[in-house]
Amino acid sequence: MFDLDKWQEIFSTIRSNKLRTFLTGFSVAWGIFMLIILLGSGYGLENGVKREFEGDAVNYISINSGVTSMPHQGMKAGRFIRFENDDKVMLGNIDQVDKSSSRTYVFNGQNLSYKTEYGSFDIFAITPEYYYVESLELTNGRYINDYDVENYRKSVVLGKVVKEALFKQMEPVGEYIKINGVPFKVVGWFDDPGGDRDVSRVYIPVSTAQRVFNMGNYIRNVCLMLDDANTEESEVVLDEARDQLARKYKFNPDDPRALFVYNSIEDFQQFMDLFAGIRLFIWIIGIGTIIAGIVGVSNIMMIVVKERTKEIGVRKSMGATPWSIISLILQESVLITAFAGYIGLVLGVGLLELVSGVLPDTDYFANPEIDFRIAIGATLILVLAGTIAGFVPARKAAAIKPVEALRDE
Amino acid sequence: MSIISLKNIHKTYVTGSNRLHVLKGIDLEIEEGEMVSIMGSSGSGKSTLLNVIGLLDNHDEGRYLLDDHEIVRLNETKAAQYRNKLIGFVFQSFNLISFKNALENVAMPLYYQKVSRKKRNLIAMEYLERMGLREWADHHPNELSGGQKQRIAIARALVAKPKVILADEPTGALDSQTSHEVMDIFKEINDLGITILIVTHENDIAHRTNRIIRLKDGVIESNIKNGKHQAYTETPIA
Repeated sequence: MFDLDKWQEIFSTIRSNKLRTFLTGFSVAWGIFMLIILLGSGYGLENGVKREFEGDAVNYISINSGVTSMPHQGMKAGRFIRFENDDKVMLGNIDQVDKSSSRTYVFNGQNLSYKTEYGSFDIFAITPEYYYVESLELTNGRYINDYDVENYRKSVVLGKVVKEALFKQMEPVGEYIKINGVPFKVVGWFDDPGGDRDVSRVYIPVSTAQRVFNMGNYIRNVCLMLDDANTEESEVVLDEARDQLARKYKFNPDDPRALFVYNSIEDFQQFMDLFAGIRLFIWIIGIGTIIAGIVGVSNIMMIVVKERTKEIGVRKSMGATPWSIISLILQESVLITAFAGYIGLVLGVGLLELVSGVLPDTDYFANPEIDFRIAIGATLILVLAGTIAGFVPARKAAAIKPVEALRDE
Repeated sequence: MSIISLKNIHKTYVTGSNRLHVLKGIDLEIEEGEMVSIMGSSGSGKSTLLNVIGLLDNHDEGRYLLDDHEIVRLNETKAAQYRNKLIGFVFQSFNLISFKNALENVAMPLYYQKVSRKKRNLIAMEYLERMGLREWADHHPNELSGGQKQRIAIARALVAKPKVILADEPTGALDSQTSHEVMDIFKEINDLGITILIVTHENDIAHRTNRIIRLKDGVIESNIKNGKHQAYTETPIA
């Protein structure tokens, strides 16, 4: 294999057919280049979307109350459904449900102020379990806790944008801000990898909000957290929740507008399935491109064998064994594919690096990359491809009878 | 002792439905150290006979002993080894490898004997020198004359120290002056004890060998010791 003379022979044939070798190599390099670019972009897309999900848990079901669109049990359509505090407990008791949280919004005004600074932000009135839905990162202080809810305490947790608007560089924990004129004590502030929207809000205890802002015992949303349920299990939980709510609020469980449901498990699963699909698709296209390259190499090696038939005959007359002929052709083929493929690999990875360095981080696309295993895999595919490409022509060359090879002109 | 012993050798080429019976029972003994020419018109089977002897082609029937090795259903690897060790070929069209220089061409049989690069280049240079081509060692075949090319081919045939040299029309592409020089070289080689078989259709080439075998339609027509009493001018050339 590492026979210097054989390499010299291969290089001398390559030298005497530069254009042909280049074109062959190019088709292989192009195939690998495309595969790498496609795979890298696929990963970029996947990374981007995964990052979109990062701000939220991926194992919860969110149920919002809506307006009925079907008459049911003698009641007209168009009725508002309003969840109540104990729905959280009711739905939380469903099998498979790990935690449940309730949430409502404070609508009138949403004016937040601290001394002379003020702004208008979303106000989420929640129970402590909501922490897990949003996967928050508390920068300082704490989140709303059970004690806050039980005692109707006027505590508030600020999103990063709110904190910067009201407090600038100051540390807000321990200070008081006014929400629609009512003072609340800042107990913590947070950042969230999910993006600006998630950090432009404040959280207050749901009980306090209901009492201070006159909202009775109504809530607008219940989130159910499931441990590691798969899509089917989450569907079962959702059906059960729907049935219980339908019974309680007397709406048709098939009514599509009575509840607004977001199932992050299903959503996430769909994305994951989509990416598995995309990846498969990319591999199929990539392998297809490489096969086209291999066929090219095989074709060229066929011509090489044809052109060198006489030479092969001469070699055989001097005592070249069939194996020495096979290895000569095979090595040339492997060399061309491996070298060209390597160049394609390097160019592809280089371009990806360049793109991920230059490209601004946009939604749905981040860090296009190729992991090491794939690069190794691609290299192995190349060597294998070169061997396959060379094998048929090499066998053909070795099988030529010397007397016929010598007669060839 | 016979180095080549052929008994009732038959060879038929089948192409489609055509059967071409080329060798129809050849019996031939060639002693070690002989210089023999094979003559015959085209289609007489002389090249086929040479190919069978040189293990470039296999015979269908009969018994062939080469240097006491029975040649029967050889696989290509074994045949390659015999060719490498026992036989040196010289062709009409030289068959030098165009992208290799003279020295590399001569060294090739040693490469297939797995002789180290340094050693085989040394040996090859020695043979080139014997052919008077030392200063042409790094020239490629297309820079050389026909005579020079054939001398390189002969050096290549000799380099592995074979027992038999098989030459198929070695002077066919050369002018008469060069032809005679090549024949002089063959004579010298023969004097060293190497058996030489030359296929030719030129009388004066055949004339310079010890024995002349004439083939006609796949059988040996005559097998004459070429002594002082030849009468070749009278023999019609087909």
